[in-house]
Amino acid sequence: MDILNALVAFLNFVFIPAASYGAQLALGALGVTLIYGILRFSNFAHGDTMAFGTAIVIILTWGLQGLGVNLGPLPTALLALPLGIALTALLVLGTDRVVYRFYRVNKSAPIIMVMASVGVMFVMNGLTRLLIGVDDQIFTDGARFVIDVRSFRDWSGLDEGLALRTTQVLTLVVAVLVVWALFRFLNRTKSGKAMRAYSDNEDLALLSGIEPERVVRITWIIAAALMVIAGTLYGLDKSFGPFNYFQMLLPIFASAIVGGLGNPVGAIAGGFLVAFSEVAVTYPWRKIVGYLAPDWQPDGLLQLLSTEYKFAVSFMILIAVLLFRPTGLFRGKSV
Amino acid sequence: MSGNRQVTSAASRWRAPVLFLILAALFFAEGTFRNAMFSGSWNISLAILNMGLISAITALGLNMQWGYAGLFNVGVVGFLALGGLAPVLIALPPVEGAWGAGGMRIIAALVTGIGSLALASLVWRRGRGKVGALATAGVLVLGFFLFRWVFDPAVAAIEANQSARYGNIGGLGWPVLLSWPIGGLFAAAAAWAVGKVALGLRSDYLAIATLGIGEIIVAVLKNEEWLARGVKNITSIPRPVPYEIELQRNPDFQSFANSWSTSAAEASGIWVKLCYMSLFLVVLLAIILLAELALKSPWGRMMRAIRDNETAAEAMGKDVTARHLQVFIIGCGVIGMAGAMMITLDGLMAPTSYNPLRYTFLIWVMVIIGGSGNNWGAVLGAVLIWFLWIKVEVWGPELIGLLTAPMPAGAVKDHLLDSAPHMRFIAMGMILLLVLRFAPRGLLPER
Amino acid sequence: MSGSDAFANRGNRDASVVNPRPSGTIDSTRRSGPVGEGRAGDPFLIGEAMTGGYGTGPDILHDCTIAVEQGEIAVIVGPNGAGKSTAMKAVFGMLDLRQGSVRLNGRDITALNPQDRVKAGMGFVPQVNNIFPSLTVQENLEMGAFIRDDDISETMEQVFDLFPAVADKRKQAAGELSGGQRQQVAVSRALMTRPSLLMLDEPTAGVSPIVMDELFDRIIAIARGGLPVLMVEQNARQAMNIADKAYVLVQGRNAHTGTGKELMANEEVRRTFLGG
Repeated sequence: MDILNALVAFLNFVFIPAASYGAQLALGALGVTLIYGILRFSNFAHGDTMAFGTAIVIILTWGLQGLGVNLGPLPTALLALPLGIALTALLVLGTDRVVYRFYRVNKSAPIIMVMASVGVMFVMNGLTRLLIGVDDQIFTDGARFVIDVRSFRDWSGLDEGLALRTTQVLTLVVAVLVVWALFRFLNRTKSGKAMRAYSDNEDLALLSGIEPERVVRITWIIAAALMVIAGTLYGLDKSFGPFNYFQMLLPIFASAIVGGLGNPVGAIAGGFLVAFSEVAVTYPWRKIVGYLAPDWQPDGLLQLLSTEYKFAVSFMILIAVLLFRPTGLFRGKSV
Repeated sequence: MSGNRQVTSAASRWRAPVLFLILAALFFAEGTFRNAMFSGSWNISLAILNMGLISAITALGLNMQWGYAGLFNVGVVGFLALGGLAPVLIALPPVEGAWGAGGMRIIAALVTGIGSLALASLVWRRGRGKVGALATAGVLVLGFFLFRWVFDPAVAAIEANQSARYGNIGGLGWPVLLSWPIGGLFAAAAAWAVGKVALGLRSDYLAIATLGIGEIIVAVLKNEEWLARGVKNITSIPRPVPYEIELQRNPDFQSFANSWSTSAAEASGIWVKLCYMSLFLVVLLAIILLAELALKSPWGRMMRAIRDNETAAEAMGKDVTARHLQVFIIGCGVIGMAGAMMITLDGLMAPTSYNPLRYTFLIWVMVIIGGSGNNWGAVLGAVLIWFLWIKVEVWGPELIGLLTAPMPAGAVKDHLLDSAPHMRFIAMGMILLLVLRFAPRGLLPER
Repeated sequence: MSGSDAFANRGNRDASVVNPRPSGTIDSTRRSGPVGEGRAGDPFLIGEAMTGGYGTGPDILHDCTIAVEQGEIAVIVGPNGAGKSTAMKAVFGMLDLRQGSVRLNGRDITALNPQDRVKAGMGFVPQVNNIFPSLTVQENLEMGAFIRDDDISETMEQVFDLFPAVADKRKQAAGELSGGQRQQVAVSRALMTRPSLLMLDEPTAGVSPIVMDELFDRIIAIARGGLPVLMVEQNARQAMNIADKAYVLVQGRNAHTGTGKELMANEEVRRTFLGG
């Protein structure tokens, strides 16, 4: 019984939160890694573009809620998502046209695009503030729980409760679907293969008749979709804070680098690795240990680091991986 | 690349003086004219200038890393914050009982922590393959638990000591000016640790490493209450200059103010700010002098050679990584010093105010706009961008007010007016993008 | 060129922000001009009286003429720095021609950019970086056929028949293959467009003699199958042995032209550059 309680506590406090957070990080890291592979730079505007895209989704959601439209148990934001993605994609394509294309055509060193992305980051940050203000917003609706603590206790007869929030299930389901679709696109379709070919060898891709600008456009659209989906899922799961997304830049970059920049499989693995480590290191294990070893009464909470230091975890993993495998877990290279 | 260095033409010779004159004119206008654009208050003008000078020192530190060596440091906020810890630990009066409660234990814990890191790195270098890695991990884990075992009770004891007023370790009561170089040392030590790891890998991972360490340092300051009271903030950090209230009580100063036909209140504010300005200028000019001398020395030539062609420099037997580490540490030291100066100027340590956008990326905007690699450019860019950063917050609403004047009152107008102060972010981004596009070498390009 | 090295190489070492993969070198924004009429009596391909260099740089080719007849192998040979690869790039449109014209199959294609020359029927195999290393062999071939909208499976089978070693590795990443197999993949990729002319830039550079012989066998087989081949070769002797026509270039000019046998017999060619 105690083992079961420990297992439930583990699922409830470590596994489920880490899995949904990991899925959000993985989607974010996929966007970063695609842009790095195709456009050859790390996009510092990623976090703030995520915030902006999510802000659009939130406003559309409010509009739908105002009209009385809803999805029953599912959050209304899901309905607003496609339009939010489309609008963000337009914005991002516009940014590319006005900002990045110039440097690409001139074959500038990619560092100048990194700098430009800092400029875009400022603009996106300002636009987000203009659009939705600086306060946290909660825009989730529908059923809050798939399984709630009380009914789980009644059903199982265990002391420990298990809560499974709708947003957590939704995050995982959507992430799996998105990743499946993305990989299908990259590995099965002509355009997806052309993207990988371009990231391998730009000149040969051009000589094969692949249009570079088209590849870049598709990349931005996919990246925008990933950003808005990741941002919306994160916002639904936690809450929407315009500045939280900037803070996510570090774990997202860490995930992408740990997995091997430019490698989509690596981005996903990196996202989950970072998320699970963060949660595991900052979770107070006292309760679970209490079930497993009832005789041992430790003084502390058995928390390795306090929650505020979760950044330190991404950082440590990053350093450790880079020391052992300088190119990341899954070799850099190739979208 | 050497081909980039332009022949100094008459135009470029006058460029720097003219731009600095324009900058001076802006501050003069801010102090003198009272209209929609300027406040007409010398107190405000000098306050902007003082913070601009601190930004200039920060930008100089970053410019050493970026301009001399091409290192991409996005953890400026962390090194700035770490430097800001120095005035707290150096200049504040000691807290009674704090050291007795756990000071020695804290030091022992830090020694344990650093010792186990050193041991781990020794094992790592000596060890081979899986065994070495496992041994290193073992040392780290044991070291961590040992550290926590020594550290935690000390923290609890210190934080329990007069927790309402203090609850922190307190300072040493030394002169606050001393804390400036010490702040630089704090930041330099952290830079050494980061650089050692991130610069030694097959290619650099400095950007992500500094991004991480920046967040971590700020998290430490927010969280470790025993150190600087965390989010409860530290106030009344001692000053190196007189207090306004003392000046106002001083009859000599009152008559001095009257002779300038200003009130003693206003004059005292200006006087204090001028004192700060002089201190900051001395530091700024000393750093520029040293930086320029260093750049013209064999060391500086080597730095440039390495940056221009790393492969060739490496082939000539230069230790590129060691040089990069060196300049990274020096640059962070300068940034740390600026952090200490900033806390001294504010008299307040508020860890929540350390926002990367403001303290990392805005500094980047300053350096790029001033001109990568040009020290005077960094100063110009820093003071100019700081001036704009402050003023756009004022100009934004004015402009929006003007634009929305014909609009009927309503939700849209209110929203626009409310959000006008956020225009500064868009403005800064636009300025950076325009400079990158049309003058990527900055206002004062490197010679 | 504004901005291309505005930061003077700063920051480009940091792999966490900058992808170390080099950018492409071909200007993808250059638009093609109109296609003109060929001239009566032209060979299948002719680059006639070509003079030009890269960008605004000095001329590398001077009044150089290269031609290939239907079903023939033509090789360009010459000492190092003679402009062999440059001549081929000129034919392929990667060079700015100041004078001369390139005509293929009765059409004047001088104004076309390289991408459009591929569509016009040229199959080009660069000397290096001529495969997509992380794509599988089969995907490499599919990308070769990117411009085709019809069924490519038949062409792919033909290519696999020609290069059985490649066929065995079709599911493997091309970057994992040996040097000789990579070259075979590179040639196969170019064949996937069903070109009317195959151009090879030093296909045997850096491969072992055995692999080189095998590659030459394949190339002869391709030419005997009716596809004309234009090839730049470092190994002049072997190349002339299989060539129907050979061009010896010296300092960007035609020095000697003739059939492979003629040039092999030419005393001056042998002395100056075949080593006796």
